[in-house]
Amino acid sequence: MAKIDVSVETNDQPSPPPSHPNTCPNCHSHYRDDELESSLWVCGQCGHHFPMRARARIESIADRGSFAEEATELHSEDPLQFFDLRPYTERLAEAEMKTGMADAMVIGRAAVEGRQCELAVMDFAFMGGSMGSVVGEKFSRACDSAMEAGVPLVSVTSSGGARMQEGILALMQLPKTVSAVEDLHDSGQALLCVMAHPTTGGVLASFATLGDVLLAEPNALMSFAGPRVVQEITREKLPEDFGRSEQNLRYGHIDAIVPRPELRPTLARLLRLFDAPE
Amino acid sequence: MPPSEHELRLRERLGRLRNLPLLGGAKLSGDIERLQRQIDRIGEEATDEEIWRKVELARHDDRPYTLDYVERLFDDWFELHGDRALGDDGAMIAGLGKLDGRTVVLVGQQKGRDIHERAGRRFGMPNPEGYRKAMHAMELADRHGFPVVTLVDTPGAYPGVVAEQHGQGAAIALSQATMARLTVPIVTCVIGEGGSGGAIAIALADRVLMQENAIYSVISPEGCAAILWRDASEAKKAAAAFRPDAIHCLELGVIDEIVPEPVGGAHIDPDLAARLLGEAVREAFADLEGIPGDDLRRRRRARFRSLGVFA
Repeated sequence: MAKIDVSVETNDQPSPPPSHPNTCPNCHSHYRDDELESSLWVCGQCGHHFPMRARARIESIADRGSFAEEATELHSEDPLQFFDLRPYTERLAEAEMKTGMADAMVIGRAAVEGRQCELAVMDFAFMGGSMGSVVGEKFSRACDSAMEAGVPLVSVTSSGGARMQEGILALMQLPKTVSAVEDLHDSGQALLCVMAHPTTGGVLASFATLGDVLLAEPNALMSFAGPRVVQEITREKLPEDFGRSEQNLRYGHIDAIVPRPELRPTLARLLRLFDAPE
Repeated sequence: MPPSEHELRLRERLGRLRNLPLLGGAKLSGDIERLQRQIDRIGEEATDEEIWRKVELARHDDRPYTLDYVERLFDDWFELHGDRALGDDGAMIAGLGKLDGRTVVLVGQQKGRDIHERAGRRFGMPNPEGYRKAMHAMELADRHGFPVVTLVDTPGAYPGVVAEQHGQGAAIALSQATMARLTVPIVTCVIGEGGSGGAIAIALADRVLMQENAIYSVISPEGCAAILWRDASEAKKAAAAFRPDAIHCLELGVIDEIVPEPVGGAHIDPDLAARLLGEAVREAFADLEGIPGDDLRRRRRARFRSLGVFA
């Protein structure tokens, strides 16, 4: 019998890759780098949300100069000496070279329109945003940091799921991050989750859906199993908006869809509502 | 190969137990024997062929399933079918029963024996309704102070259109969150396939046991092979690479104990397999006896928060 795959295909974009990263896959408009940057990587013609890197995301929601990064020293290890067609260590090194990041999550303290919060932001460009031990540990530390400072935690996710190359330890990052969220909630602090395209597999099935408020970017894929897997295993015909934000909103799984330019003011409003310190 | 950190920890525990004056009597010597057995097992790293043999045994058609153990271990079993929302998911069993005269709540995935039952139970792959049924039963346990046993046996959560529309990801997250909040003792045993998110949804426990020939993994060998080797038939290679066997899980500290099976596998003698499982579950509950609920919960979360390897 065919088996289920809830993990990431790290080499593939979840949607068919555009001919050029700056070409809109939806309406084929083409943009210069500086145009995309100034529009927060949103297509001016059709509103398509291009992937957004973690540091750009932080810059777009945090007050200028307010972000203080934490846990920068954490790096992935290779506990299984995992080797498929290439060794895991080589994939890690390549991802680090390509993205300039140590792993798929950045955490730190920031202010949004003057309100303090802790940020945990994922980057899909680093091995498909997959969650291994470092992502789990960083998220867990972000919870502790938010608790100690008495501020809410804002997470922005973009991930294909658990990182296969870390085997069962990758799966253990689900209960790890869930336990961290429960500690955060017990301390009385809020978790605000923003799901960007795609938030799937083990990240969707752990901290990303445990927020007090769940927000999603337009047309973001948020399914536990990917469309390809669902189709292969069940032979069911998939609805056009299968697993997308709009479907999730209709079925009551999220609270709001927030276009990227409105994310900063939306988070600021929520931080005020949750009485985040100034 | 140098001894792993986990083996050193086990050895240290063993040394400590040996030096204690034998106040606990039988209980203590049972502990020593158990630890020695586990250390012996660690010594012998499984070969690629042995790992694949375990994958086959974990999926064996005649392997005892959750209800086979329920029948042999519990008295006065009463099944709870409702998730109180949408439906009765045959892939997830929940219920009340007596274990040594004490009421416990049991939750576990259930595969089917014949083709009709298999289809009806979706080969043990729960929908969100199944996880909500599990949560409902565990919350009931917490209200009444009943210990919780969960038995894990699933290829994974069901990857269906309706499952996604009903919130599969969130159901798995919420089920774990429910377990992280319980103030009653929880003992989990992986009795067959511990497949990914569908398994961990009911495995955030105080003690995690695993049967000798069970497997526990982030993805199925076939799924991993299809993605990384681009060829599902390389499943054997994939299994050898991520090692879903119990010894490996014990080495990494993911499980606490390996539950022995009859020679040749649990399906050779289900009665003996049930007796061995029952013993291990009782011992685990005995270890947790008397720990206040808040401490249990704090330790449970701390244990899972400590898992991971990084530099």
